[in-house]
Amino acid sequence: MKALLICEYREGKLLDSTYELLAFADRLGADKAMVLIGSEAAAPRFDGKVYLADAGKYGEYNPDLHKQIVLEAVARENPDYIVFVHSSYGWDLAPRVAAALRAGQVSEIVGIVDGKFEVTCCNAKMRRSVVPKTARAVLTIQAGAFSFAGEPHGTPQLEQLSLAEAASGVEFVGYEAAEKKDVDLAKAEVIVSAGRGVGKKDNVAVIAALAKALGGELGASRPVVDAGWVEHSHQVGTTGQSVSPKLYVACGISGAIQHLAGMKKSDFVVAINKDKDAPIGEVADVLVVADVMQFVPALTAKCAR
Amino acid sequence: MNILVCIKQVPDMESRFKINSEGVWYDEADLAYRMNEYDEYAVEQAVRLKEQLGGEPVITVLSIGPDRVVEALKKALAMGCDRGVHVRDNHHYRKDPWQMASIIAAYAKDQGFDLIFTGMQSQDRGSAQVGVTVAELLGYACATTLVGFAFDNGVVTAKRELEGGTKGVVKLRLPALVTCQLGLNIPRYPTLPNIMKAKKKEILALPVADLLKEEGLVTTERMYPPAKKGGGIVLEGDVGDLADRLIGILKEKTAVLR
Repeated sequence: MKALLICEYREGKLLDSTYELLAFADRLGADKAMVLIGSEAAAPRFDGKVYLADAGKYGEYNPDLHKQIVLEAVARENPDYIVFVHSSYGWDLAPRVAAALRAGQVSEIVGIVDGKFEVTCCNAKMRRSVVPKTARAVLTIQAGAFSFAGEPHGTPQLEQLSLAEAASGVEFVGYEAAEKKDVDLAKAEVIVSAGRGVGKKDNVAVIAALAKALGGELGASRPVVDAGWVEHSHQVGTTGQSVSPKLYVACGISGAIQHLAGMKKSDFVVAINKDKDAPIGEVADVLVVADVMQFVPALTAKCAR
Repeated sequence: MNILVCIKQVPDMESRFKINSEGVWYDEADLAYRMNEYDEYAVEQAVRLKEQLGGEPVITVLSIGPDRVVEALKKALAMGCDRGVHVRDNHHYRKDPWQMASIIAAYAKDQGFDLIFTGMQSQDRGSAQVGVTVAELLGYACATTLVGFAFDNGVVTAKRELEGGTKGVVKLRLPALVTCQLGLNIPRYPTLPNIMKAKKKEILALPVADLLKEEGLVTTERMYPPAKKGGGIVLEGDVGDLADRLIGILKEKTAVLR
């Protein structure tokens, strides 16, 4: 069995998530080769073949051209699996490669059970066991689900890839940096986060009051930020900040995967949720089954005493 | 301009899910349904573009599924779409993303759509494959995960959400397909007059068999709730009492409360 692993490269650097692909391939027991559309200087530390195409020529994000390059590597390597991280790069590119190969795709794999791929669904409340029906399959793995143990090492054998023609319907203009942070959650020892379960913007003050009583900062989940209840700088998760406080209190947060990825390094997690089955319960040291707007003021009052 | 929006109807994610008799999907009975959240942003963006262009574009909204999905179509019509297409399929959950995309592409291929909007993924299956695959099948330019959209002089400028708050900006020439992320806009609530007007808008019903010619490329063998890791303490009961118990635990297990 052979896996072709597609590295990620952004703003001149190899992304660390690339090494999770190696961990996943090891779990599969597959032989490995990699593809990097980037630069030689950023090649992964890996004892094996790396197909390298120049990001200076093909762009850091140009899905049409990147698809062609991956297909070129597939033609040379003849892999059983083509594997991406389920990221803004992977979920964009993987279906293009799968469609071109008419290969089955399994998205956002979190585990391998009896040789079958385990994926989450229904906002992580349920799981499915999915099997490709095609001999060759495209896979994306959930970021963080297959952690790479130890330090990456090795020297890749680089093999250059290039395209004879390079036409694309997508023109990459550039990056916009993340908004400036008015709060640095990464340094906070206590974070109390508001989720959709707080109900409305006015109620965020109640969560902020608990954060203050505990000497911490206010965090938030994505829906609360999208609704404009809290500034983006407070957002915890893959598109916000990754945090590692001593205490994380999740108020009315169901526990979407992207949120869990941002707060899983917290030492101690308290979740307050009406829904006993909410996925946040799986990572919580303490799950308080209660209405946030009834429980949090009571807790704040007792903490402030 | 001719616009297509693809939407899905999904259960409220707060629901308690039970497995269906085939063991491969949730039991669809006794659930409250709504428009897939990501798709609401897709509908809103299409309607805003129509408004920007002085009402000239015609917006078709399409959904695949059983009779209940007409409710989601009606909501999209009330938000400002012009006509609906209901691809009738009681066994939609057995189709894989490749088949779903093939159905949409088969419908769209002769319709001359300039721009297609979809959500970036569904809340229930969450594969994030269907939109991109439709674009590939139709040969359209495509960008995913939009948190910004602008249209000027026949060119779409899309702002894609990347990790850690960074955004990537791309330009697409028409025909194009974009998949929409949460936060792209603020989806409107349909007003009562618009709900009344929507009742008169056409919803074309098509049997799925007319459009689907593809076998699935992946198969779901089983659906199941994740194994409970357990270990965590679950506190239930009177609110005042719960607060005392939680404070006791925090004092014992963390250095936060002294």
